Amino acid sequence: MLRFSLRSLWNRRFVAGLTVLAIGLSVALILGVERLRDGARDSFANSASGIDLIVAPRGNSVQILMATVFGVGGTGTGMTWDSFEWLEDRPEVAWAVPIQMGDNHRGYPVIGTDASYFEHFRHSGGKPLSLAAGSFYTGDAADAAVIGAEVAARLGYAPGAVIVNAHGSGEVSFDLHDDAPFTISGVLAPTGTAVDRMVFVTLEGFDTLHAQEDAPLADPLDPAAMPADDHGEDGAHDDHDAHDAHDDHEDHGDHEGTEAGHGHEPDRINAVYVGLIDRTNVLGLQRAVNERPSDALSAVLPAVALAELWGITGTAERAMRLMAWAVALAGMIGMVVMLSATLDTRRREFAILRSVGATPGRIFALIVTEAAVLTAAGLVLGLVLLTVATFVTDPILSARFGLRLGLNVFGARELTTLFLIFCAGLLASLVPAVRVYRMTLADGLSVRL
Amino acid sequence: MHPLRIERLVYRWPGAERSTLEIGALSLASGESLFLYGPSGCGKSTLLSAIAGVVDVPKGSIRVADQDIGALRGGARDRFRVDQVGMIFQVFNLVPWLSALENVLLPCTFSQRRCKRAGDDPAGTARRLLDELGLSDPSLASKPASELSVGQQQRVAAARALIGKPDLILADEPTSALDEAAKAAFVDLLARECAEAGAALLFVSHDRSLEHHFDRGVDFLALNGGAA
Repeated sequence: MLRFSLRSLWNRRFVAGLTVLAIGLSVALILGVERLRDGARDSFANSASGIDLIVAPRGNSVQILMATVFGVGGTGTGMTWDSFEWLEDRPEVAWAVPIQMGDNHRGYPVIGTDASYFEHFRHSGGKPLSLAAGSFYTGDAADAAVIGAEVAARLGYAPGAVIVNAHGSGEVSFDLHDDAPFTISGVLAPTGTAVDRMVFVTLEGFDTLHAQEDAPLADPLDPAAMPADDHGEDGAHDDHDAHDAHDDHEDHGDHEGTEAGHGHEPDRINAVYVGLIDRTNVLGLQRAVNERPSDALSAVLPAVALAELWGITGTAERAMRLMAWAVALAGMIGMVVMLSATLDTRRREFAILRSVGATPGRIFALIVTEAAVLTAAGLVLGLVLLTVATFVTDPILSARFGLRLGLNVFGARELTTLFLIFCAGLLASLVPAVRVYRMTLADGLSVRL
Repeated sequence: MHPLRIERLVYRWPGAERSTLEIGALSLASGESLFLYGPSGCGKSTLLSAIAGVVDVPKGSIRVADQDIGALRGGARDRFRVDQVGMIFQVFNLVPWLSALENVLLPCTFSQRRCKRAGDDPAGTARRLLDELGLSDPSLASKPASELSVGQQQRVAAARALIGKPDLILADEPTSALDEAAKAAFVDLLARECAEAGAALLFVSHDRSLEHHFDRGVDFLALNGGAA
């Protein structure tokens, strides 16, 4: 019966091929949308693991999360070092990591932070950061930098290389900090998160390059020193407020070295990652941060902010999924049309088959088998298309969005989806098959055309 | 054993007022060929359908190879038909997307009996049959049926009816699409092959010029008491 169906379909291979293509595209689309969504969620969720609270200047929690964890956009006006010290001294806080942002290195976000970042940051369900080469910076060398795996791979950097950063977060910037170069001390092992795309420098180093930039700012007639012109993003502008404060940076020299663990105390920072001793205290601390009178701060629970983000993207996701299933429906209808349209011209063929002993049931089965073959071929084609598409887009997605789809094996849910589509194909084929069954019974061996 | 025995057959199409078929008695002996003639639309095809078990006939009225056709149910009739009966139609006898050879072998895929009786090598038997019917060119056997001429198609159909030695061959105006010369040659060939295979042949046509090829001829209008 299968051989028969194959021969019959081969006889109509052009239309059959188009049908298979339609089903294949819809399968690829359905699975692709799901994978993209899962990939995005996984990669986002992995990036934010291990952080109990993100404290940043008052702002939207999604924006704070995006800026601090994923290096997309920026946070509001910088928070004071006093607030950081206040946070760090809270009894419920186990650790606090200061974060400075706003620069980029050839499009990759530059993060100013201290060595505690590498100690406390966790990704992919609790894994600590590890080095592929070199060493973490300790605080001795102000011009040390640690780079993410992708930065190293894309730009061909190894420990010892000297890099120069640019102001702002755009990829193209003329405002290079070429007077404040950094020396790469270490390259991180790949994490599959936004960290792969980040460049980490010391707090001191981050401040130094901005302190030196302040000099040309004093000359308003020098166009090269006008920093605002090439910054499209609001986040970049926010940093200028921080720069202004660098003028009196030297006044804080007497504070340096008084705090254990922080060799350099910047005037203002953009965010703080906080880990708690007991995570059940997180809401209490969040309230305390939000109510701190001296500094307008927001405390963001990463999980809550992520849920908010999914709430925003949910509508688009649903629309995409709806579209994918609509394409699948169109593919199924195309198959029913193809099978039905040929029935009249095949009546003779069915009569011949009956004359040589095929029961109406077998002819019914022939049609269902043809549909099964078409659907199965569509599924296979869809998986091939998806694999090829993943293979082609994976480097682009991971470079642009830090999103890794991977050529993963099929999960239970995907198999369920495939099974559902297959069943839908069989179900759809019942329409022409029942028609054929009735027709062959009525026609018998002689077709009155 | 009679390949075909009809007794007191009365058949009426569902919804029709009068009987289409009313046949007192008609039978064929093994190896016998019968020419049944009558004008178009007089019920000849209905009779063939009744013998082939496609329409419901009363019990006891038609026996093919001593099996009461009326006593068999749907699917069993289809299987019984392929076991005992080979059929040739007017035109379009072949499945277009199968090769000539595969068309000949079709009864063997649906019937164990026909397959067994076609010998150890059904494909070889099919080739031999095609050869005897004048389709010796091996390239013809592998050609899709849709690329064959009408005359070639009818000969492939004859080979298909003959393979596996069924007891009865039903031919429904198989020559109507052929020209005069091809007609006579085809009928001659068919009658001879049936005789060789020991199969009874019931040949239905409106063309009385073919009658002399057969053992006997029967006027359908005289046989049938019903009206079409």
